[in-house]
Amino acid sequence: MKAFRASRAAMIAVLSLFALFSLTPFYFLLISSFKPGVEMIRSGISLNPHFEKFTLNMYKLVFSLDESNFFIWYKNSLLYTCVQTVLGLGLTSFVGYGLGVYKFKGRNAIFVLVLLVMMVPLEIMMIPLYKEMIALRLFDSMFGVVLPFAVFPSAVFFFRQYSSGLPLELMDAGRIDGLTEYGIFFRVMIPLLKPAFGAMTILISMNCWNAIVWPMVVLRNSKKLTIPIGLSTLITPYGNNYDLLMPGAVLAIVPIILIFILNQRSFIEGLTTGGVKG
Amino acid sequence: MPRILRSQKIAPYVFVAPFLVSFAIFFLYPLISTVQMSFQDISGFNDVKFIGLQNYANLANSRFFSAIRVTILYTFWTIAILAPLPLLLATMLNSKQRIGAGFFKAAYFIPQLTSVIVAGIFFRFAFSDSPTALVNAIAKLFGGGPVSWLKSSTPTMVVMVTLCVWRWLGVNIVYFLAGLQNISPELYESASIDGANTLGKFLYITLPGIKPTFIYVVTISVYGGFAMFSESYALFGTARTPGEIGSTMVGYIYQQAFVEARLGFGAAAGMMLLVLMLLINLVQLKFFGAFRLED
Repeated sequence: MKAFRASRAAMIAVLSLFALFSLTPFYFLLISSFKPGVEMIRSGISLNPHFEKFTLNMYKLVFSLDESNFFIWYKNSLLYTCVQTVLGLGLTSFVGYGLGVYKFKGRNAIFVLVLLVMMVPLEIMMIPLYKEMIALRLFDSMFGVVLPFAVFPSAVFFFRQYSSGLPLELMDAGRIDGLTEYGIFFRVMIPLLKPAFGAMTILISMNCWNAIVWPMVVLRNSKKLTIPIGLSTLITPYGNNYDLLMPGAVLAIVPIILIFILNQRSFIEGLTTGGVKG
Repeated sequence: MPRILRSQKIAPYVFVAPFLVSFAIFFLYPLISTVQMSFQDISGFNDVKFIGLQNYANLANSRFFSAIRVTILYTFWTIAILAPLPLLLATMLNSKQRIGAGFFKAAYFIPQLTSVIVAGIFFRFAFSDSPTALVNAIAKLFGGGPVSWLKSSTPTMVVMVTLCVWRWLGVNIVYFLAGLQNISPELYESASIDGANTLGKFLYITLPGIKPTFIYVVTISVYGGFAMFSESYALFGTARTPGEIGSTMVGYIYQQAFVEARLGFGAAAGMMLLVLMLLINLVQLKFFGAFRLED
């Protein structure tokens, strides 16, 4: 029993150490967001928090400056993320379900293509994709950011794995009730896929909210940028605008963490049930 | 809805149609174009010259080699840490003891929700040269001297890998937890009856049971490692890092294509990355026999 307790203490110690590693940056970002930019340049991030230098001025600045573009970026990020998530969930669940429940000619070949898209980073092809966006008049627009990733391959993979565990008797029952194949999907199966939707909401929204490379390529107009790209424009070789950068960074983290906390249960459950079959 | 689309035979194809359309437009076509462009010198939309293998020959330069080196080293180190460490932590979180697993899971996962640009701001400050900066101050507590972290290659690699571990630890833990929960508890019970100790159970039950998840984690880590750009970009603020100490292959492609406007050359660099990735995936498939198509 003693050994049992000792091992428990050791485990908690190890786990806490890594939790500290995970959470420390947030503590310092939060603290720094209350300090004037000059202070950041002078003393950076140190163990001493210098509470006496705290001020709300930079938050006031973020909320008052019209030309900062900050809220435009924020609104863009929210909009792109919502559109990407809704579109992505709709399309990937549809495709993943089709691959998961039906046995049809070409199924394996299509699944191999899904794996191929999963394995080849889009960055390899960003040059022609960039030209294609210009040709399709999607350059510097929301759909230019969103469409290439709408059928997100990892989400297709996930929905496929999850759907192959659905009770197939329900399909026959639905057919007897006169539902079409799509009716079965929309009316019968979607409710059963709910945990998978929770998990993929996080995966897709997170990817879109945090995307860097592709939005940087496809967006030009500073009024169309997203939060990460906008923030990175505040980091320049000529000196960084920390007055906006630090509170901006803190505000950028908040919504996605809220989504996570609201979906946390279904996320962990979803990943567990969806499982990785290898 | 047309009658034909309702047929049970046709329906599966309707379901997968969005993928096929997206695959054709956003994967196949750009892939073919990349191959084509890699043989061209492109100075404008209508000023395109076929130059054969010239772009590939030009890839033999020290900057590109350095980018390959950084990419491979980075991938190696991230896998060396991000496969065993999360497995260990997940095993602890999965133990029957009450240790507040819910809190820890959330704590490890939250970095993943944070934009790498935001994380980069913290990491740049924490790893700055000044002796009072966070990491140097902690090093001093243990008697280590101040290090100029982002000025030479090995310390830069340490910072990039640390940033990557910070971002992905929680995700891999969730994968491993899912894998661990698929292992039947009866196996552990019967092993206990046979007198196996904790280590024995880990080696003979947990490890074989977790193998598919392990393969999956290694696969996505290879992908993430070779596609890496954001960690380096977040730390240096440019695609081209001083002295190439942190420039990756994707960073090189981005720099060539979108900063120096050498589209054809960038495409050739992209092809090299593609070939490298396919090779590694092939080796992995042979080695692990991963992604069998059976259900």
